[in-house]
Amino acid sequence: MKKQYIFILVIVAAVVAFIFATSFDAGSYVTFNEAKELADNGSEKQYHVVGELKKDASGEVIGIHPSPDKLSFSFTLVDDNKEERQVFYNEPMPQDFMKSEKVVVVGSFRQNVFVADQILMKCPSKYQEENLNPNAQL
Amino acid sequence: MILSLVHKWIGDTGHLFVIISFVTALASSWAYYNAYRKANTIEASSALKYARILFAIHGLAVFGIVVTLFSIIYNNYFEYHYAWSHSSRHLPVHYMISSFWEGQEGSFLLWIFWHVVTAMFIMGKGGEWEAPVMTVFSVVQAFLTSMVLGVVLPGIELKLGSSPFMLLRDVIDDPTFISNPNFVPEDGRGLNPLLQNIWMVIHPPTLFFGFALTLVPFSFMISGLWTRKYKEWVKPALPWTLLAAGVLGVGILMGAYWAYETLNFGGYWNWDPVENAVYIPWLFLVASYHVMIVFTRSKSGLMASMIMVLSMYTLILYSTFLTRSGVLGESSVHSFTDLGLSGQLLIYLLFFFIGGVALLIYHGRRIPSSQKDVETYSGEFWVFIGALILILMGIQVLLPTSIPVYNKIVEFFGGISTAAAPSDPAEYSKYQIWFAILLTITSGIAQYFWWKNIKKGKALASFVPSIILTMVLVLIILQIGFTYSDFRLIIMLIAGVFSLLANGQILIELLRKKPVLSGGAITHIGVAFMVIGILYSTGFSNVVSENTSGLVINKNMTTQENRENLVLWFDETSKMAEYDLNYLGRHVKLDENGEYVRISDVLPTDDPYKVVASRDIYNEENELIAGKADTFSLNPENTYYKIRHVRGDEIIDMYPRVQDNPDMGKVVSPDLLHTFTRDFYTYATVIPPSDDELKWVAGDTMVISVGEEFFINDYVTTLKEVVKLDAEELEFRGLNKNDLALKAAFEIKSQSLTHYVEPLIVIRDDMGASLEDELIELGIKVQFLGVDPNTEKFKFIPYTTQKDFVVIKSIEKPWINLLWLGTIILAVGFGISTYRRFKESAKKAA
Repeated sequence: MKKQYIFILVIVAAVVAFIFATSFDAGSYVTFNEAKELADNGSEKQYHVVGELKKDASGEVIGIHPSPDKLSFSFTLVDDNKEERQVFYNEPMPQDFMKSEKVVVVGSFRQNVFVADQILMKCPSKYQEENLNPNAQL
Repeated sequence: MILSLVHKWIGDTGHLFVIISFVTALASSWAYYNAYRKANTIEASSALKYARILFAIHGLAVFGIVVTLFSIIYNNYFEYHYAWSHSSRHLPVHYMISSFWEGQEGSFLLWIFWHVVTAMFIMGKGGEWEAPVMTVFSVVQAFLTSMVLGVVLPGIELKLGSSPFMLLRDVIDDPTFISNPNFVPEDGRGLNPLLQNIWMVIHPPTLFFGFALTLVPFSFMISGLWTRKYKEWVKPALPWTLLAAGVLGVGILMGAYWAYETLNFGGYWNWDPVENAVYIPWLFLVASYHVMIVFTRSKSGLMASMIMVLSMYTLILYSTFLTRSGVLGESSVHSFTDLGLSGQLLIYLLFFFIGGVALLIYHGRRIPSSQKDVETYSGEFWVFIGALILILMGIQVLLPTSIPVYNKIVEFFGGISTAAAPSDPAEYSKYQIWFAILLTITSGIAQYFWWKNIKKGKALASFVPSIILTMVLVLIILQIGFTYSDFRLIIMLIAGVFSLLANGQILIELLRKKPVLSGGAITHIGVAFMVIGILYSTGFSNVVSENTSGLVINKNMTTQENRENLVLWFDETSKMAEYDLNYLGRHVKLDENGEYVRISDVLPTDDPYKVVASRDIYNEENELIAGKADTFSLNPENTYYKIRHVRGDEIIDMYPRVQDNPDMGKVVSPDLLHTFTRDFYTYATVIPPSDDELKWVAGDTMVISVGEEFFINDYVTTLKEVVKLDAEELEFRGLNKNDLALKAAFEIKSQSLTHYVEPLIVIRDDMGASLEDELIELGIKVQFLGVDPNTEKFKFIPYTTQKDFVVIKSIEKPWINLLWLGTIILAVGFGISTYRRFKESAKKAA
């Protein structure tokens, strides 16, 4: 057999192996309930939870508690099953956090608080919700 | 309200340039195609001239767009959305370059611009290749300029591209514009503070230059197929492939260095999808080059070269799609916001991918292939192995990075997918480390086989010296500077040392015979140094800021985080590794001389970007760095926390930064302490409350005379003098020249520093006011009440609050300099090889 066929075989075999490994390594999107259950059952894996920030009747974001130095904060996230949980993030509040449509938190439960190691946001596209900064006006 | 002028003409000009560039790109694709068809006819020269003129107009229009957009940013025309959202009045000019590419439109322009620059060389030196290659170039330019077109197609209401020349009032729905359409905001929203870094000025232009250069091998390959010069395209494409790989590689590493210096995740590489999106095509690009050189030497691997170049360019387009379409929105922190261009980007990707595959299939039968099999004892075989490892490395990263794309596809067909891309960098590293080990070893073996004529059966013998030397060196290193923690690190060390020795031996032999051929060996030595640097700096990265106090810093943090953070109280010594650490106060950085001065030594002015020195300020060497009453400019968002490191006679100051940006909140950046053997990487994890959140407690009124010593907040304080302010000081303190002002000058001593607190009493038109002065670091504030008429002493109220502190995390990164050294060697090696390949290709053409 010519060596180039062996090369191709190696690539094909490796791709199959990688797909297998990827499906094993990949994280998964869960709800707060599932994440809590998994953590209670001793799982130390990180999970992705998608949700929206809690808002009051007038659409204002509520439930945000920055630490006194503003370098960490906690907030209330409502997941897709409408379940509310407190999330702690040991980093300053990311840019445009309050404006985000959807928030993905990556982390795990420690007791009753979901501690996020990463926060990813889906922000409205730039043509929708930008405001002129009132301070910038004359 | 000031009457502001909307400079409409400049945006119209820019938009006109965009339209011209798009139309001429389309026209020159046709004209170059025509020039190719008429290549050997009587009309050849006129057809080519026509195409060149069209492309020249295209190029000029592109320069026009770039100049126009930059003028809008430079002149602070905030009536334009692009300038308003990416720049601000106080941004230094070099950061305006970053504003230019910060938005998607600007970064497309950067890419378009580099294509034009690259095309000029093809037009000048391309010879018979010019017409077909430039046809491909022009088509690509048409796709790219359509991305910034911003035209709505009438009838079908389809928006084509997003223009950077949109007026703010056309983008944002704000009631202000209804009452006053000519409203121009006073200032822009500014550049993301994380991007205000010198590496971020040059990283994207370098990266996009690399992106632009990858079009050259792709265009040559497509032209080779389509003009049926199946073999001939390789030689002229070779130097460009190498140049692209060098430039793109250097560009990626600049980005890595920026991340190391600016972001506080503690490293230079995080396997973020945006990083992966350029890492993968780079690996394929390097693999393509290696397959191509095998073909130039042995005539085998032609089809493989074509497939590789096509995959490489498809991956470049795929990475563009990933980062710009919004598909990564939920998995990356760094991707661009969605501009609604996903459809256009997808068509761009599929056009070249499907077109390329179709051409390959159509011409496949006619592509000559070598009947001979590759010998195991040949350089070619081992270079193929190297390319194979590079490809596998790329595919391993590609699969998990594409998870958001699978999810979209599954959703498109109505399914639900809950898979998420791995969020832990270790999920990538655990595979990549093995590929890196194999690659480093292969680069050593391949060099031997490539340059030496090794006979079957004698292969092992020729490696014996390097293997023995490797083992000896590794054993020595293990004895002196290696704590065993992970067996993979030892294997990495063996691989790195072997590659250094093997490539080093080849390098010495080549330098004796023909130095121009030494590029490959040098590049591989660079890679070996990088591998050893990564092994040490990551494998032995060590948190040195150990909290030995037993106090919990924040109950929400984990035990580990509480243990790995160190509280530094102002001007009190703490131990960290072999250093004595001392937090020496909040500082600002003066733009004029780059010096750090204490916030308490400067006074604010009406302009937040300017401060005035309230006294003569000297540096450690007793040189005057700011004279009293001198005005300096600075970025008021930045506070630098001066951390002094003392070890014996060695004194090093670090200034980790916290930037308080109105739009972004607080942004933390580390400071680095570079030493020869290691870096210390320090950043603030907790900072004390800002000024307006402090709770001051008033003390008893004090009645004291000049020269008297007493205590405030446990610090020895002396009232040095009470003086009437002179005209100069009245002015720089922002008072009227007819005011009568008395200043009480206190001197306060802490462990190693002397501080000044200067409260005032101001009498204006018979009205008295007391202006207090504070020293946040010591938690002291003093109010000057006046003169006690009975005793002729002075009356003050002291206020106190908690002392200042900062919590830091400090990480030691041993031998990280080897990584940067390796990077430089790699760049030099790429340079030498590129020079050689361009020379060879010129000789061939002549």
